[in-house]
Amino acid sequence: MNSEHPTPPCCNSSGSGGHGGSGDAEVTLASITRRGILLVSGALFALAGLILAIPLVGYIIGPIMRRKEDQWVDIGALEDFPENQTLLVDFEDPDRRPWDGMTGKTSCYVRRLQGENFQVFSINCAHLGCPVHWFPESGLFMCPCHGGVYYEDGGRASGPPPRGLYEYAFRLEKGRMLVRAGHLPTLQDTMKETS
Amino acid sequence: MKRGWVLQTLNWFEHRLGMRDQVLEALNHPVPKNTGWWYVFGSASVTLLTIQLLTGVLLTMVYVPTPDLAYQTIEYISYEQFLGWYVRAVHSWSGNAMMVMVLLHMTQVYLWGAYKYPRELTWVVGCFLFVFLLGFLFSGQVLRFDSSSYWGIGVGAAMAGRVPLIGPALVHLLLGGETIGGETLSRFYALHVFVLPALLLGFLGIHLLLVMRQGVSAPPFPAKRTDKETYDKVYERELAEGEPFAPDPLAKDVIFSALIVLVVFVLAAVYGVGLNELPADPTIINANPRPDWPFLPLFALLSLCPPWMETFVILVLPVAGFAFLVSIPFVSGTGERSPWRRPVGTIGVVVGVVLMIVLGWLGAVAPWSPAMEAWSGTPIPERMVESLSPTQLVGAVVFQNKNCRNCHALDGQGGTRGPDLTTVATRLTKEELVRQVVQGGGNMPAYGKQLSSANVEALVAFLATLHPEGIAPAKPSVEPITGPLAGGDNAKDDKTEVARDQ
Repeated sequence: MNSEHPTPPCCNSSGSGGHGGSGDAEVTLASITRRGILLVSGALFALAGLILAIPLVGYIIGPIMRRKEDQWVDIGALEDFPENQTLLVDFEDPDRRPWDGMTGKTSCYVRRLQGENFQVFSINCAHLGCPVHWFPESGLFMCPCHGGVYYEDGGRASGPPPRGLYEYAFRLEKGRMLVRAGHLPTLQDTMKETS
Repeated sequence: MKRGWVLQTLNWFEHRLGMRDQVLEALNHPVPKNTGWWYVFGSASVTLLTIQLLTGVLLTMVYVPTPDLAYQTIEYISYEQFLGWYVRAVHSWSGNAMMVMVLLHMTQVYLWGAYKYPRELTWVVGCFLFVFLLGFLFSGQVLRFDSSSYWGIGVGAAMAGRVPLIGPALVHLLLGGETIGGETLSRFYALHVFVLPALLLGFLGIHLLLVMRQGVSAPPFPAKRTDKETYDKVYERELAEGEPFAPDPLAKDVIFSALIVLVVFVLAAVYGVGLNELPADPTIINANPRPDWPFLPLFALLSLCPPWMETFVILVLPVAGFAFLVSIPFVSGTGERSPWRRPVGTIGVVVGVVLMIVLGWLGAVAPWSPAMEAWSGTPIPERMVESLSPTQLVGAVVFQNKNCRNCHALDGQGGTRGPDLTTVATRLTKEELVRQVVQGGGNMPAYGKQLSSANVEALVAFLATLHPEGIAPAKPSVEPITGPLAGGDNAKDDKTEVARDQ
């Protein structure tokens, strides 16, 4: 309904204002086609949009662009872990925010066999990440979500998990137990097990 | 005098807004006859959406989306904030009711063939609205920030982590960092409170514009086929014979919406909404995470499907399901509308609904989950132990202490992951029991390393007593000639098994 104006309003006012010669302006305007104006302004708009979008998208995908390396975390003294037992241990995440509260912590299962022979397991089931429960009586880890079961050495026993429990790399230093932690383990991004 | 003042004010606005014609047109636009009460689910969904927006805004006035405070603020809303429990309950009940209304709306539209020409785009936009609603329900569950929220994010991350190549990147995108923490919650908060409402309202605007532009479809009649060439004329005639939207069809929408809202208010006032007593603390290990009801069928499917199907179920099925929904009007955009003349579609709906209900029920019951406390909390029925020999009694203790009850019930009490063993001796011989205990199989772990041979012997002696009086225990079909084949020499036994299997 509004498109019934035969001439664009710009042409009516083209002579006025601070233009040096109205004739020059007339020629320039006429030589620029409507399509040309659309293309140029469209391209400019798209460019502005792109320049705006790149940092914004970068902000969103920041966690991908700036991965934080796992770090060695002290989880206790060697004598805290009795031989032939598996214990649940909490530790503070190396990559935590001041407002992380209780989620700034993570738990792991520390199994001490003999001497300096350890295994440190992630609590996350290898199936879909639920927390596995440890049963020392039978030496089994059981998952409450879909019923995955693991042996005491972390090996898959039954149920849907495609593999055994994720294992943390660990190291003993001056009588302290350190584990390499810092990210949520998933199937393609495990704890990078090392012995 | 007073009336003149009101009219004057209205006219003042009308002179500037110029909306009277549109409003009158919307109220008077003709709709086909006999639409009945079947067309009310869509408007009820929109009504509930307004309640969601309202109560949502109220909740944000107290809720703090940081991990150290989120759960606390929900506790505060539930127990201390004046009428906070009620607002939260309404938000919860209304959100769930909205899901129900949307499912009913989609089913009705599908069965009535109302998605066909020329309303294909309305259906497609509606499919997006459905996905946004699922997003709302999942992110809403996360914002509660209890143990199910925390592990729900973990499950989401584990699923995302399975995507080939970009899996780990997706996990980091989802978590907003290396672990579940502050930025994770903030991401879901931004999604739930800003992104999804904007998307939902935008798409809803298009959906409603399309509904106004294309009009609501007439109720289907068998043999009254939809043809692109003729439909517009036919619909014009249906409208000519129809009735204005106001008052009758409008009244039905309003009455139904009002009833649903009242039901939501009563449910919220009477039942409130529970608070998971475990906060999102990853160090509380005895959590038993469960998704909200719309996700229970998927939860069940992920436990029941064989491992080789799993990645398909996680990554392909949701996308394929959405593509299927979107493709419906393009595959069957014309032809019969009546559900009685579309047997495949109608049976498909029935099968789909039954499937979802069964899977949802299984997800709620989760028979595959071990009963984590059964080994200590569910003792063996007295009648099963009152006349046992010492060895058998030791076996009963082993059975209890080695967490067997977590998966095996006796007299219906205990886990349901494995079979109920009340009468196991009638099904398995002693030798087979030994083999099952030691080697596991089916969904049972091998207990060979977890039990001493004396314990196995005692356990099997106990299990062999589990047969009803008067029914003999199972016997091998052929007794070994000399010496027990499955007594102590397991290696030999294994070879026999292998030979038999081949």
